[in-house]
Amino acid sequence: MRPLLFLGPALMFLGIYQIYPVFASIWFAFHDQSGRSYVGGTNFQWLVLSAEFRAALVNTVLWLAVVPAASTVLGLLSASLTSQIGWGRIAKMLMVLPMALSSVGAASIWKFVYDFRGAGLEQIGLLNAIVVGLGGEPQAWMALPFWNSFLLMVIVIWMQTGFAMIVLSAALHAIPAAMIEAARIDGANGFQLFFWIIVPQMRGAIAVVFLAIFVITLKVFDVVLAMTNGQWNSKVLAHLMFDLMFRGGGDLGRGAAVALVILILVAPILTWKVANARAGKDG
Amino acid sequence: MKPLRRFAVHLSALVFVVAWTLPSLGVLVTSLRDRDQVAVSGWWTALSSSSRMQVYRVPEDKGEPVDGRYIVTGSLPGNGEVLIAWGVSSLQPTYFAAGETANLTGGGTLRVEADGSFFLSGTESFARTHRQRIFYSVTAGPRLTMENYANVLFAAGVGRSFLNSAIVAVPATVIPALIAAFAAYALAWMRFPGRWLLRLIVVGLLVVPLQMSLIPLLAFYNSAGHAMGFDPKSYIGVWAAHTGFGMPLAIHLLQNRMAGVPREIVESARMDGAGDFHIFTRIVLPLTFPALVSFGIFQFMWVWNDLLVALVFLGPQDDTLVLTGRLINLMGTNGGDWAMLSASACVASAVPILVFLALQKRVESGLLGIALK
Repeated sequence: MRPLLFLGPALMFLGIYQIYPVFASIWFAFHDQSGRSYVGGTNFQWLVLSAEFRAALVNTVLWLAVVPAASTVLGLLSASLTSQIGWGRIAKMLMVLPMALSSVGAASIWKFVYDFRGAGLEQIGLLNAIVVGLGGEPQAWMALPFWNSFLLMVIVIWMQTGFAMIVLSAALHAIPAAMIEAARIDGANGFQLFFWIIVPQMRGAIAVVFLAIFVITLKVFDVVLAMTNGQWNSKVLAHLMFDLMFRGGGDLGRGAAVALVILILVAPILTWKVANARAGKDG
Repeated sequence: MKPLRRFAVHLSALVFVVAWTLPSLGVLVTSLRDRDQVAVSGWWTALSSSSRMQVYRVPEDKGEPVDGRYIVTGSLPGNGEVLIAWGVSSLQPTYFAAGETANLTGGGTLRVEADGSFFLSGTESFARTHRQRIFYSVTAGPRLTMENYANVLFAAGVGRSFLNSAIVAVPATVIPALIAAFAAYALAWMRFPGRWLLRLIVVGLLVVPLQMSLIPLLAFYNSAGHAMGFDPKSYIGVWAAHTGFGMPLAIHLLQNRMAGVPREIVESARMDGAGDFHIFTRIVLPLTFPALVSFGIFQFMWVWNDLLVALVFLGPQDDTLVLTGRLINLMGTNGGDWAMLSASACVASAVPILVFLALQKRVESGLLGIALK
């Protein structure tokens, strides 16, 4: 009885806000836009046939292919660089600051970088000013289909690299100095040392960082909402779902179907996490 | 290390730092610039001086008769800016340098000094002639201003939204921390059936995206509000939502730390007849308080920076709009007003940045706790 007293409020919140919705989403995915009548697989049929969904799925897969890997690699690189210099602490502090920003705040910062004025006008956006300074034509970056997605990814990578750097810095420091010394004595050069000794030692931390950013990337929605609102073929699943919830009075059925697709994309990580937790059962 | 390699390392680190700070610096500088300058020149020009063309028409004045000539003196408007060049026709607005004298048609002369004072003299009264125009260019030094901040805080609704964000964030941090602390204690130190299953569920829920919950909860809020006659969009609703969404991380983080409290301490307290409530509040909680603070920091920053939950459960209407929502609106409607947008972005970011800087050590150790257990 006593455990229930301690657990009660938490169980209630977990139940209403996390567990019930998973099952309810499945239920909603098989019902119409208002969630009242059963429509069978119609919503999934719509998903398969909808060009909008396909575009969002392709973009999401692109995001997942680029953002976690790029953030992890940049985090590893910056962790390694900052560990070798005297002003590493300051460098790290400056690099993690974007982590504290909201996605919308970061988007407004980068909207300014990507700002576009017609050719001949003075460019006030940094990127176009550089392009013009090098003799190029200014571009409306956000309206360039395909490439705009990558420019949006830059924002998220910029925000997540600090997180990767902190965790990987700690893992880097945890490598025994004797091991590195031994490899040096055996004649390993910098690259060999890095790829054969340091990276394998850190693979646990690298996996954790990669997967955490993978999950974060899948949920990215505010950056797209703020920068393009999904125009110019930049939609991703999380944004499409938000759009479906509110556009034209909302379509709960299709929205829930998209949510299920998002869940399927994290399912492998979920299984891995739970399996890991089970393996560490005695801990 | 070889000197060349050393140099390469420092240079690469510098490139990283510049790339990671320059975009934010741009917005910070922009927010402090004069609104008119923001629209016409890049923020990187803010700290160098720029030249500006002006035109001035000498006021109506017959002129002071001195030695048979009529003299008008005065000063060109300008706030201490330095005059570089001037002219009397729009075709050649910078024909004369400061201190030079121009011969006007009709026998008059005009001299303009670098400090902006001018000296106009003519052979007859200026009463019937047209008022003389003076074109001049000045260098405007860098001018930084707090005007944009005053504008957004008091006029653009950012002040109100700041308050809304605080109203949302503080309870949405305290409530889940409290509730999760009790649950984490139960999971770490109490024996009951299903304990392991519950731990696994919590770990699994850590990765379930928020998106899964939105539609069922939106429908639930709406029908519950409809049935019981309350507004489905309310602060209470958004606090509860953040509490629910923050619960897995809070329980996971705290339970790990609480399980790390030495068994002997807890067991000996039990021997002495202390109840669970006593052990929790007097022993376990004080020992794991830092973890509670770590969670509090993350939850606060996450809630403060959140847009999605606030939009879904609090709505986009003006009186309850949070800062992130306000920022989105500014980006949409006033796409060109960078002075406003940049100042608002800085106001919105100031709180999490300050929290982050003030508690950086704690944030870092908390991150490591989450990432590496």
